[in-house]
Amino acid sequence: MSFVYEKLMGGKSGLTGFIILATLILVIFPTFLDLFRLNLVGKYLTYAFAAVSLVLLWGYGGTLSLGQGIFFGLGGYGMAMFLKLEASSPENTAIQSTPGIPDFMDWNQITSLPWFWEPFNSFTFTILAILILPAAFAYLVGAAMFKRRVGGVYFAIITQVIAVILTVLIVGQQGFTGGINGITDLRTLHGWDITSNNAKYIFYFVNCFLLLGVIVLSRFILTSKFGRLLLAMRDKEDRVRFSGYDVSNFKIFIFCIAALISAIGGAMFTLQVGFMSPSFVGIVPSIEMVIFCAIGGRMSLIGAVYGTLLINFGKTTFSESFPELWLFLMGGLFISVVMFFPNGLAGIWDDYGHYLTDRLKQLKDKFTTVVLNREPKQLAEDAG
Amino acid sequence: MKATSVIKSLTRFEFRRGLLRVVGVSAFLLASLSAQADSANTTGLAVTDDTVTVGILHSLTGTMAISETGAQEAEKLAIKQINDMGGILGRQIKVIQEDGASDWPTFAEKSRKLLVKDKVAAVFGCWTSASRKAALPVFEKENGLLYYPTFYEGLEQSKNVIYTGQEATQQILDGLNWVAKEKGAKTFYLIGSDYIWPRTSMKIARKHIENVLGGKVVGEEYKPLGNTQFGSVINKIRLKKPDVIYAAVVGGSNVAWFKQLKAAGITSKKQTLLTISVTEDEVLGIGGENLEGFYSIMKYFQSQDNPNNKAFVKAFKEMWGDDSVIGDVTQAAYLGPWLWKAAVEKAGTFDVDKVVAVSEMGDIELTTAPEGYVKLHKNHHLWSVARVGKWNKDGQATVVYESELLEPDPFPAGYQ
Repeated sequence: MSFVYEKLMGGKSGLTGFIILATLILVIFPTFLDLFRLNLVGKYLTYAFAAVSLVLLWGYGGTLSLGQGIFFGLGGYGMAMFLKLEASSPENTAIQSTPGIPDFMDWNQITSLPWFWEPFNSFTFTILAILILPAAFAYLVGAAMFKRRVGGVYFAIITQVIAVILTVLIVGQQGFTGGINGITDLRTLHGWDITSNNAKYIFYFVNCFLLLGVIVLSRFILTSKFGRLLLAMRDKEDRVRFSGYDVSNFKIFIFCIAALISAIGGAMFTLQVGFMSPSFVGIVPSIEMVIFCAIGGRMSLIGAVYGTLLINFGKTTFSESFPELWLFLMGGLFISVVMFFPNGLAGIWDDYGHYLTDRLKQLKDKFTTVVLNREPKQLAEDAG
Repeated sequence: MKATSVIKSLTRFEFRRGLLRVVGVSAFLLASLSAQADSANTTGLAVTDDTVTVGILHSLTGTMAISETGAQEAEKLAIKQINDMGGILGRQIKVIQEDGASDWPTFAEKSRKLLVKDKVAAVFGCWTSASRKAALPVFEKENGLLYYPTFYEGLEQSKNVIYTGQEATQQILDGLNWVAKEKGAKTFYLIGSDYIWPRTSMKIARKHIENVLGGKVVGEEYKPLGNTQFGSVINKIRLKKPDVIYAAVVGGSNVAWFKQLKAAGITSKKQTLLTISVTEDEVLGIGGENLEGFYSIMKYFQSQDNPNNKAFVKAFKEMWGDDSVIGDVTQAAYLGPWLWKAAVEKAGTFDVDKVVAVSEMGDIELTTAPEGYVKLHKNHHLWSVARVGKWNKDGQATVVYESELLEPDPFPAGYQ
């Protein structure tokens, strides 16, 4: 019990936050939002995976990655490739010069399915690829850099460069990747219509449970000895190294975990939105993910989710209400959070939350003293 | 119809959850009952006795905003003119505008919002192929109606889209015939931005050049979107000395492309250049002096001399300012609301299925189009005329060639 309480939930404050978040996304949103809005929240929550991964990597690990979009994109593309192959059955694509291959390949004069698309006919392979490929890629990048003690700003720049390279690669090789359009028009998963209302509800809840699971997993990592090492590495890397730890391996590990978490978000994104495009791989989305994390508070797993929700909710409502002004409003939101609440939403809670809890406590005390203490007296008076 | 729409609202209801259930179902029932009273709208669209709501979905922010501004201005002008004439089926058109933000997923999100939340009767919007591809599944799923204004690569024909720009063969083939005949061109150098539209267009162009015109393609090159370095291409062009440079460079890249051509001494005095991606809007950025004497193939030029166009240009400038220019896509966007009006009036209802059915009869025509006469083909594209314009210093083109009225052929045999 104490294992669950301390290690998985992070003690009292962690548990309270977790329960509030779970109630919000599992009960309150589905009850009060219509399907369209709920689907949007589902989409936002897929970005939250990347934001949570940045809490681990950046908030605790002290390693800023400006390329989480890479892994989000790899996960998303993996899922999209599977769904696209299913959507490109010879019957559905009879109008093409080469039926049976995805439409964009046909437009680009490709006449047979490229070898690296073949395995994505299998759902098992696709799931494994979504979980393993991004992590393996992160391992390669991480090993190449951390073993050479590249870190800090250089690491951030290199991840950003990789994001650019990947975008250029995807856009340039459009015969194999769908180019700038991305992989669109995904319809079914094992013959099950993913655009139906039922599917939207199911994906929403699957997404929520995965996200909550990822938060528990991340909490476990952070409350373990490894989590403390991460903090130590962030604050005084040399001292950890001189104490006999292999710093680079720990960094590689957390980078791989962060990649894995982002990739799950990407795959869920494809399922809920119905397409994947390079606009989720490049610099802009990657930096947006860092903003979600920063707004939520980079030391708070739960805060990252709220940060993501707040920013995306703002984006949607501002752009719906003020189509010509909304970017300025978003800019204002960023500036005010950074100016007034440098620790993000979680910082607000830490700084001012105790007023609320104190007040609640006072009320409770008052209630006990006023109602409960007076009760005997009252009873006596009544009796008298 | 009565039974099905009640069932429809009930199935919708089935997926709603929680506290809003009761409110939701009564609202849906009311909506479907009152809708049945009115034959103009039996599918729960946002139509009242005196208004009908439509959506406009273009990028107001981001890199595409410059190109898409003209389109949404033209759509608003057309809607205003229709309203001044008394609206459609006695209803004034109300507009809900959304920003696609030059971001394809946002186009999908906003399309869904317009169709599901606002229940608009039609949407005028999208510009790039990528945004259309992203929004298309949403329109097909929610059975919406999209009027898409841009000249594009073809290879698409959706029940839920009316394409008011030219598809690739309409734009390309006649222009190539013209340049081969008029300039005696035999060798061509193809250059484009690297995405689906230039690639498909070049594929069609190459087949036409090689198989029909008996010419030769001496080079084919693609540059990333937003690329500003054309030095190596220009060197290759100098080396190959093609009779014609055939260009489909889009957006901001055009500025660098034409300035670097001029700096390299490749001007219209020595070189024929034919582009399928430059309209008056782009010339504003490129500068007429960098383009003077080069040719564009489009279906519309602002300088076209006919009464329809004179009235259109005058009204456009009155509404959006004397400095505004009107390019091909702007004019195609202007046709959208008019084509929709014609179809709705013919169908006598706003129901998407019926409007589409009427549009597919192939006899909806506009005699008042600024470009001249257009007719809607049963394959959802427009019959239109291809024109070659020669650019002048002042940023306007002189039309030097007009084709006949061309049949749209989105899936051209022998060119795929």
